[in-house]
Amino acid sequence: MSDSYDQISQQLKGRHRKSTRLKYISMGALALAGAFLLIFFADMLSKGLPAFKQAMINIEINYTEDAARNGREAVDRDFSTIISRSVVRVIPLEMRNDPSLLGTSVQRWVLASADVDQYLKGNPVRLDDDEKARIDRLVEEGKVEMQFNAGFFSRGDSKMPELAGIMSAVIGTVMTMIVTLAIAFPIGVMTAIYLEEFAPDNRLTQLIEININNLAAIPSILFGLLGLAIFINFFGVPRSTPLVGGMTLALMTLPVIIISTRTALRSVPESIRHAAFGVGCSRWQVVKDHVLPLAMPGIMTGSIIGLAQAMGETAPLIIVGMVAFIPDVTASFTEAATVMPAQVFTWSGEPSRAFVEKTAGGIVVLLAVLISLNASAVLLRKKFERRW
Amino acid sequence: MQTNQLFLIFCSVLLLLGLAAFFVGRSKATRVRASGSSMYAQPDQYAWFAVVATAGPAILVSALGAFVMLVMGTEIPTFPLLLASLAVAGVGLGVGMMLIRANFHARQAIERVIVWSLAGAATISILTTLGILISIIGEALNFFQMHSFWEFITGTTWAPGNSFLIAAGRGEGASGGAEFGSVPLFAGTFMITAIALAVAVPVGLLSAIYMAEYAPSRVRSIAKPMLEILAGIPTVVYGFFAAITVAPFIVRVAETVGLDASFNNALAPGIVMGIMIIPFISSLSDDVINAVPDSMRQGSFALGMTKGETIRDVVIPAALPGIISASLLGMSRALGETMIVVMAAGMRPNLTANPLEEMTTVTVRIVAAMTGDLEFDSAETLSAFALGLVLFVVTLSLNLVSVIMIRRFRDKYRVNNL
Repeated sequence: MSDSYDQISQQLKGRHRKSTRLKYISMGALALAGAFLLIFFADMLSKGLPAFKQAMINIEINYTEDAARNGREAVDRDFSTIISRSVVRVIPLEMRNDPSLLGTSVQRWVLASADVDQYLKGNPVRLDDDEKARIDRLVEEGKVEMQFNAGFFSRGDSKMPELAGIMSAVIGTVMTMIVTLAIAFPIGVMTAIYLEEFAPDNRLTQLIEININNLAAIPSILFGLLGLAIFINFFGVPRSTPLVGGMTLALMTLPVIIISTRTALRSVPESIRHAAFGVGCSRWQVVKDHVLPLAMPGIMTGSIIGLAQAMGETAPLIIVGMVAFIPDVTASFTEAATVMPAQVFTWSGEPSRAFVEKTAGGIVVLLAVLISLNASAVLLRKKFERRW
Repeated sequence: MQTNQLFLIFCSVLLLLGLAAFFVGRSKATRVRASGSSMYAQPDQYAWFAVVATAGPAILVSALGAFVMLVMGTEIPTFPLLLASLAVAGVGLGVGMMLIRANFHARQAIERVIVWSLAGAATISILTTLGILISIIGEALNFFQMHSFWEFITGTTWAPGNSFLIAAGRGEGASGGAEFGSVPLFAGTFMITAIALAVAVPVGLLSAIYMAEYAPSRVRSIAKPMLEILAGIPTVVYGFFAAITVAPFIVRVAETVGLDASFNNALAPGIVMGIMIIPFISSLSDDVINAVPDSMRQGSFALGMTKGETIRDVVIPAALPGIISASLLGMSRALGETMIVVMAAGMRPNLTANPLEEMTTVTVRIVAAMTGDLEFDSAETLSAFALGLVLFVVTLSLNLVSVIMIRRFRDKYRVNNL
């Protein structure tokens, strides 16, 4: 008797041990997912934050006769190898625009070359010991300094890493998103209103519903193929432009907006509709004056999330050619442009170490924008959400 | 830019006509009402009706004209077309004015137009699917006229190399023709997908179990958004992470255990893709586990089962259709994922079972074919559409199976919010 009792309590202990083990294993899985996230952000920040600093050199520029022909002559020979080529390149132009500069000289902070920048950030570079020693001496004299890299935010793309910035990509993103929202928001909301409030329950409606759910799960690259074959080849929309990119992304964002709008419309209680019908509103008046205003916060939240998704999308844009090299900042719907993720993709293909930093810097900016968009969507929902 | 100016003039004239229709219509309706006859609708509604009657047909005519021009290829001069549209607008204005009578249902007429335009918007999503199908199937058929379908499905060599020379009519000089055997691409795709699922399914499912069964509500309210952040990170960022951080790490680890790994190994994109689809699996599984009725857990506890046994033997089997559905959705994501593999996996088609070797995927080849400086009609560019077709069919069937599974679960437990 007591023997079997012991056996059972022994068995029980084992079963409870197994039970706790499952708890800790599952807790570990969640912790693992959290650890992935932490490692990822730590890695991106540690690689990307240095991109916001840029080495600058304080040099004297002499606007001499020689410098008007060859910009290199304007600076001390010792410096000409460690400053950015872009500095000396503009000197002749500067002098042509303002002839009174001839014969004067100025002391100015200019961009250091990418190698100097990387050396000061502690990365391996191809500088010989002589140059390294000279840079160290200049740092001690206070003539070389790490400064905030404002140019990263105000310049377009460049083949010289110290000169490359994200401005053209930011403008391109804004233009593309304007097109995307202008198309996807009205059509998405209209579709959702039709399906939720007006559509008869027939085969066609069911087909549309299944189709929307399916569109939400189609690989994004196929939307790119659609954009290429239909928009570019058939309708003749110019390639690489915010117009075609925005149209392609709009089709991709459409299901997201439709699904979230339907959820928002469905959460408006039936009693509101009944009350409106009761005072003699027509169906459209019920929707326009009562249901839609109450569902608006939910619709906005869904649209912001859809927008954030579209903003991070790259694959379809590669197919429609939006990975162009855009050094100038132009705001036009029908000229070649690039977007933030495409800019990140372009830079990630550059072999030099300095561009790895630029890539990560661009990623940090992109992530900051996306996370604040998503956070604002969550806040919007929290603030305006009504429990019925 | 003659056309642009014409278009601008057309738009402004139409706008002016619309404004005129609004005010003239309203004043007429007000007059009719002031004369003492009771009307079916408000003056504003008559005014809006007049606007719709003016602008609607005109826009339809011009859009139809533009469409005919594109599809038929017939050249309709822009100027007469826009002029005709404006004439239609004028006629519409006249008809609209005539219809402003006491016994005309202006509101119903407007609302009919509104419902039709809403329905029109709803068909856009169908047109999108049709557009994808037509564009992909059309170009894929072109491709299969050049290369046999059978060879595409069963061939084990993918070497599009010389196709552009052949397309340019200089094929004789090239040694051997291009070969389009897609087996290595699909092998690579499925290998990377399998690695991704091997990461995502256990981690995602166990996290879901923890969040649904164990976690206090405070942990839950932190963990859910945290996992959603993982889903919101752009894939190009994951690709960079895989290529710059994970792949070199794997190479170093492989070196320490004496293995030779390529920097474009399949493991790095696989693992990172797995991290990416964790939230897809965990959030749906979490919903499904929460939807399993509590009475089943209580019944199990009443029989003396421990909590772990209840989860393993009662909750998970009950939630299985939903969990499988979540995994299938994750799989379809992984199959169609592009940027991670473009940036971290190799370009060289390679038929191997070793995940440390370089291999390529369907989506990588699509991007490679589309970004090269090739003629659109070359076999390599068209092969992208053939690959896209296969991708479409595979992901579509995975999605459908997943929907059917979740519907079965929903019907069984009568849950409405899945």
